[in-house]
Amino acid sequence: MTSLEVVIQLAYVVAAAMFIYGLKLLGSADSARRGNMLSAFAMLLAIVSALLDQGIVEYQWILSGFVIGGAIGGTVARRVKMTAMPEMVALFNGFGGLASLLVGTAAISTNPATFTLVSIVLSVLIGGLTFTGSLIAYGKLSETLSSGTVNFRGQQIVNSLLVLSVIASAVMFCLEPDNIQWLYLVVSLSLLFGVMAVIPIGGADMPVVISLLNSYSGLAACAAGFAVNNNILIVAGSLVGASGIILTKIMCKAMNRSLSHVLFSGFGSSSSSASEVEGEIKPISVEDGYYVLEAATNVAIIPGYGMAVAQAQHVVKELCELLEQNGAEVNFGIHPVAGRMPGHMNVLLAEADVPYDLLLEMDDINPRMENIDVAIVIGANDVVNPAARDMESSPIYGMPVINVDYARTVFVLKRSMASGFAGIENPLFYKENTRMLFGDAKESIAGLVREFS
Amino acid sequence: MEAVFLTFILMLAIFLGFELINKVPATLHTPLMSGANAISGITIVGAIGLAGTGQQDVSNWLGAAAVAFASINVVGGYLVTDRMLAMFKKRGD
Repeated sequence: MTSLEVVIQLAYVVAAAMFIYGLKLLGSADSARRGNMLSAFAMLLAIVSALLDQGIVEYQWILSGFVIGGAIGGTVARRVKMTAMPEMVALFNGFGGLASLLVGTAAISTNPATFTLVSIVLSVLIGGLTFTGSLIAYGKLSETLSSGTVNFRGQQIVNSLLVLSVIASAVMFCLEPDNIQWLYLVVSLSLLFGVMAVIPIGGADMPVVISLLNSYSGLAACAAGFAVNNNILIVAGSLVGASGIILTKIMCKAMNRSLSHVLFSGFGSSSSSASEVEGEIKPISVEDGYYVLEAATNVAIIPGYGMAVAQAQHVVKELCELLEQNGAEVNFGIHPVAGRMPGHMNVLLAEADVPYDLLLEMDDINPRMENIDVAIVIGANDVVNPAARDMESSPIYGMPVINVDYARTVFVLKRSMASGFAGIENPLFYKENTRMLFGDAKESIAGLVREFS
Repeated sequence: MEAVFLTFILMLAIFLGFELINKVPATLHTPLMSGANAISGITIVGAIGLAGTGQQDVSNWLGAAAVAFASINVVGGYLVTDRMLAMFKKRGD
């Protein structure tokens, strides 16, 4: 090694340490912003060190790539609305995967040894499936594509054949690296596989898919690191891979479903034996709702994806303030899979300036539920469904839910009586203490706010 | 021997990753994800090495394209994460 190479490698070590410490700081709300900055500096350091390498003789390609990509990324990041965050994260993620695919493909020109060939094939494979998988996720989240599940006869067989042919072509490429056709085959099959893997997954399972794709993009970078023999790619890539896997695990646990169940079987396909639900629906007007809230001293708000759709977070914040001025204690109960990505509700409420210490996790709000006068459910359905707790025939039986039905009164804000995702009947709507406030969530809450002021 | 050495690094980094992320509160799940996402753009470092060889061949151009896509990921990812984190406030802040 020349002394310059030593300097570059040492810079990578420093960058790795900064990435690690940055991720650690991201783990607490007070220090998260600093953590992100530190991580960005680590990236800058890694990029500058890479530019110092003596193998680099011309800069115009690098520079133009950086200017174009940076301009696009920067513009989009500044313009995007907070409600569009899930699809944005998916899209950025896909580009990371695509970059790893390209790096893997380009690394072929280095006349690689067998071990490197395996890494190349892995980076192409994971990168390719991350790319198209993220694009499909983007389409579903932005509703460019239908957010439902896409199922067809023989899907399992087609997918199994696809996996087998991906593996076969990958092996063939490693055996015959001179025949570049094999690599093209791996590229196209992995792109196709990304599409096939995500189309059967419905909107409500998106938090799992996004976390998993996030993990894949890290693993693809990691494989690309093996392909071009670079430590910093391996370290940073595997940190991302590990964090994505943990989030995936948390999301699966919050739905009481195994990862393979989410990935390989649509929610609706499980037999939903329609058990009769006893009771009747009791609608309530905004005015009557106001009288109940006015007398309440302890209120919990449970938001779901419907709050994001109705863009109701700002009026919710107003209502929260009015209730507090009225002497009530207000908390939010956030289910881990409420919304379309991990932490979706938290971001929306933060955008509306709701302090994050009012946001309670499911395990913290459930023990308090019996002392709550009014629980307001805004656009959430499955995550507050008592059938998950006590109806064994329900497809979501066993999923941990927020027990809003234990509160003295429950308001459910809902557009109409159409059942939620996958058509699961919700006995909550028929309970003695439940009142349905029909209409657009934003309008209904704005109505309550008007009554207060 | 190089391969074994690299695999060793991989193993340690994955364990470290698990330990680091395990205790993150649910409030920060989105910023964590998008921040991690930005880090996965590290592949730009590999792309730079391929885009700057000056050989005017296919892998040169693939490398340049990879730099562009990874830049979207890096720049976009960090900025969007920062925008989100700037909104998170405690009561009274």
